[in-house]
Amino acid sequence: MRSRYTIFGVHVILLAYTLLATLPILLVIMNSFKSRNAIFGSPLSPPNADTFSLIGYTKVLGKSHFVTYLLNSMIVTLGSMGLVLLFGAMAAWALTEYKFRGSTLLALFLSIGIMVPIRLGSVAIVAMMRQSGLNDTLTALVLVYVAQGLPMAIFILSEFIEQIPKDLRDAARCDGVPETRIFFEVIAPLLRPAIATVAVFTMVPVWNDLWFPLILTSSDSTHTITLGVQQFVGQYTTDWNSVLSALSLAILPIVVIYVIFSRQLIAGLTSGAVK
Amino acid sequence: MATVRIAKLNKSYGDAAILRDIDLSVDDGEFVVLVGPSGCGKSTLLRMIAGLDGVTSGDIFIGERRVNDLEPAHRKIAMVFQSYALYPHMNVKKNMTFGLKFSGMAQPEMDRRVAEAARMLRLEPLLERRPRDLSGGQRQRVAIGRAIVREPDVFLFDEPLSNLDAALRVSTRVEIAKLHRLLGATMIYVTHDQIEAMTLADRIVVMNHGLIAQVGKPLDLYYHPANLFVAGFIGSPAMNFFDASVAAKNATAVTISGPGVAAFDAAVKNFSGPVGAKIKIGVRPEHLLAEGGSGFKIAGAVELVERLGETSYAHVRATPEVALIAEIRGRDAPNAGDPIALSAHERDLHLFDERGERIAID
Repeated sequence: MRSRYTIFGVHVILLAYTLLATLPILLVIMNSFKSRNAIFGSPLSPPNADTFSLIGYTKVLGKSHFVTYLLNSMIVTLGSMGLVLLFGAMAAWALTEYKFRGSTLLALFLSIGIMVPIRLGSVAIVAMMRQSGLNDTLTALVLVYVAQGLPMAIFILSEFIEQIPKDLRDAARCDGVPETRIFFEVIAPLLRPAIATVAVFTMVPVWNDLWFPLILTSSDSTHTITLGVQQFVGQYTTDWNSVLSALSLAILPIVVIYVIFSRQLIAGLTSGAVK
Repeated sequence: MATVRIAKLNKSYGDAAILRDIDLSVDDGEFVVLVGPSGCGKSTLLRMIAGLDGVTSGDIFIGERRVNDLEPAHRKIAMVFQSYALYPHMNVKKNMTFGLKFSGMAQPEMDRRVAEAARMLRLEPLLERRPRDLSGGQRQRVAIGRAIVREPDVFLFDEPLSNLDAALRVSTRVEIAKLHRLLGATMIYVTHDQIEAMTLADRIVVMNHGLIAQVGKPLDLYYHPANLFVAGFIGSPAMNFFDASVAAKNATAVTISGPGVAAFDAAVKNFSGPVGAKIKIGVRPEHLLAEGGSGFKIAGAVELVERLGETSYAHVRATPEVALIAEIRGRDAPNAGDPIALSAHERDLHLFDERGERIAID
């Protein structure tokens, strides 16, 4: 039995951390519903009848390319997430299941990707994209993010694949199931919790990334939401109403996707497979 | 239906030899059980027949076909795993038909096979359930059903009963025996449980350290073990062994004596060793008699008695170095500390030479 004091202490720490993590977000959302003067006058108080204003939202939704940015972010995030999951799972399966010439070397090479941040290659990436004519396209962003997400995805999924009983694929082989179908119809369904984990891990940094849109996209039609918000931040004046409203809106899609995947995070799907 | 023939089969991982020069033929419709201690290579042999493990050298034939390089799917085998290996995200019916889909089989034929297997294994009420909603025994029946619907030439079982509790093990064992009678298919069955081996097998293959120690009918192995290993492995409790040596020898018989064992004559057939050669005497606990034996005699004190009801096992110490177990039937088992004199009939004695090979008694 843990003492009451220990439990109390743990909860105090957790509560403090939760506040620390959520307060800034709460502040952003709160102030996005306030007039400009109120944002500066009393930034910590919630909106009331006098200070309530939707000016930020009307500006963002009406006058800017906000919807395009949001759509671009969605396309890039979902696209790179889908490709990372597909290729990550396939590569993880191949590297754990088949021993071929160079498989160890390949696994090692991919694990280096976890340790070396992809931004170190920014200059080369920009040059490469220019030469291949992909500059200022969403494809360029997707390609970069797939490269960024794959190593970790392969690492996590390999660990999960190791835990799937080997008898299952043996049984499928005896059953005459082709190798590709073994992967897609026997192994992949069992990887659902792992795939959800990887999805969340991949999605969040891509959605939030400012660096690659900044160096790889130049026109309004290819900007993502994080980059789009920057246009309200001026050198001399910043349109805080618009910035805060845009940020508040940008949180929504990612929260929705997270909720969908977090349901899948519940493990224990393999129960009943063996024993 | 098909025969299985294995010729000069070897398997090694790097320098470690798992199987060495295995030769075995299984007749059409025969039930062969591979038995041996863990690590003897019996599961590896089965997996090589299935095609799940590669062959280092040698040949495997199923029917007339050499299957060394065939995929498991093309060998016309079906395998039942110890862990059942059911697809957890498919219901019972899908588990059974999943493999059939890829052979291009028509739906009515699949339905017919599933219905037949379900009837045979009493799975009809379970067809829509997922594996996680089934008990261990039910899961194992589904796994067997998945093998049946393939209508394979050869059934392979890899310790299918090991995960079941004792009562289920007995009933499932009986079901497998019935199934073999019903289907008449060739079956190869791996187990470490000698009761399963004795009760199910037409022939038993006893394996040890990657070699076949003996192949024979269950009772042949029991009455005529070819070597010390088989003698000690088959039978429970295990056979008692006594160190002895040849005290005298003439044309038809040898005189044997050893520590704790009174000298006796045995009519041996093919013993070529000299006088003084070391041999081992083997006597099963159930063949040691409190009275009425001839030839072999041993006396000692009872150290411990295990009473199982109908039978009791007396742990007896003859000399400080020589201990044995005797099975006493009926109610009048001795108590710990009692002196006891035991004997055995000559026909129940087993003699083994220095290399552990059987010396035939006339």
